[in-house]
Amino acid sequence: MCITCGCSDSTNVRLTDLEKGGTTPININDHTHEHSHEHHGHSHEHHGHSHEHHGHSHEHHGHSHEHHGHSHEDLGETSSTNTITLERQILEKNNSIAASNRDWLANKNILAVNLVSSPGSGKTTLLERTIRDLSSELQFSVIEGDQETVNDAERIRSTGCRVVQINTGAGCHLEADMVIKGIHSLDPAPNSVIMIENVGNLVCPALFDLGEKCKVAILSVTEGEDKPAKYPHMFKAASIMLLNKIDLLPYLDFDVVKCIEYAQTVNPDIKVIPVSAVSGEGLDIWYAWIKSNIDGYSEARKVASLHDS
Amino acid sequence: MHEMGITQNVVSIVSEKAGDSKVSKVVLEIGKLSAVMPEAIRFCFDVCTKNTVLDGAELEIREIDGLALCQACGQEIKLKILAGRCECGSRDLRCVAGEELNIKEMETL
Repeated sequence: MCITCGCSDSTNVRLTDLEKGGTTPININDHTHEHSHEHHGHSHEHHGHSHEHHGHSHEHHGHSHEHHGHSHEDLGETSSTNTITLERQILEKNNSIAASNRDWLANKNILAVNLVSSPGSGKTTLLERTIRDLSSELQFSVIEGDQETVNDAERIRSTGCRVVQINTGAGCHLEADMVIKGIHSLDPAPNSVIMIENVGNLVCPALFDLGEKCKVAILSVTEGEDKPAKYPHMFKAASIMLLNKIDLLPYLDFDVVKCIEYAQTVNPDIKVIPVSAVSGEGLDIWYAWIKSNIDGYSEARKVASLHDS
Repeated sequence: MHEMGITQNVVSIVSEKAGDSKVSKVVLEIGKLSAVMPEAIRFCFDVCTKNTVLDGAELEIREIDGLALCQACGQEIKLKILAGRCECGSRDLRCVAGEELNIKEMETL
């Protein structure tokens, strides 16, 4: 437990790079105080500061005795409160790291997509198929977010693509500082695509900007058609809704029209693409969307072919 | 529960600003459409502030009602949830209040 702000390091966030090997902890204390590399020193100072604080408060006791009865100002100071206007966004640190991630990605012309859904929507299967189908045209790397295990990263690695796994421990979403550590480990080529598979959760990831170009929500037809209405924040934050597992529609009582209506009620601008990662139906539209979001797509094709050779 | 992380951010920002001073009160502004539960923040605040300069500080949470502007006709609409429909039939609403997650002010001793 950090004694300055009380945050706990027991959440056990860590990054595993399957290719380079090894798992490194992502220090949650760094993460809540200061995030980027330049701030590391500062965060240590911060800790040091809290220790000094103990010593200082003792000195202060002695010091104030000396002044008792001596200064009216001192007495006034101890009995009154001081109101300080802050007007600060609670998530300003995450937002500012996300903004710097976005700049970093834009400079290299890398498309980053934040994939969000509930557990079991078929995100990983869809991602595996997307990477395999587009491997001759685009270079991908993947950041996998899960509370535990490297299972998903291993599945992605079998496609031949670079992948790191971030395990959030008790955490229910990825944050911008975890993602930049993942990006640095991946060291993606310019004009490539980073897919960030967030922790399966339709609530928390909506609040945390990672620096991605956009959020893509995946909803499978084995879930309720009213999920967009039940979890409006996520579907409002997403630019695309991939309606997955449509090959199963003949066996289910799922109203596609109603589902799209719910999604467009919370987000009139959301683009809905019905797909099946198994049969391949609709994937051409999803792939066209990815390509249309890479500036200089021909340049990106060149990178992929260099990577293959 | 994202409220724990959010509360840790509050404690971090406030304690940084407070320096060596003891904090007696923190005022937050939480929009009713922000997907953050004030009760959960209160619970986390007690946990997160232990042994910090905020230990024992009063927590005031000002909840902000949801308000949107219809992009079709310009009418103001009160929102209880994140989505709605204007009387004119349009669903194209721009949220103008209710999504706040701010630290308004703090009091130090």
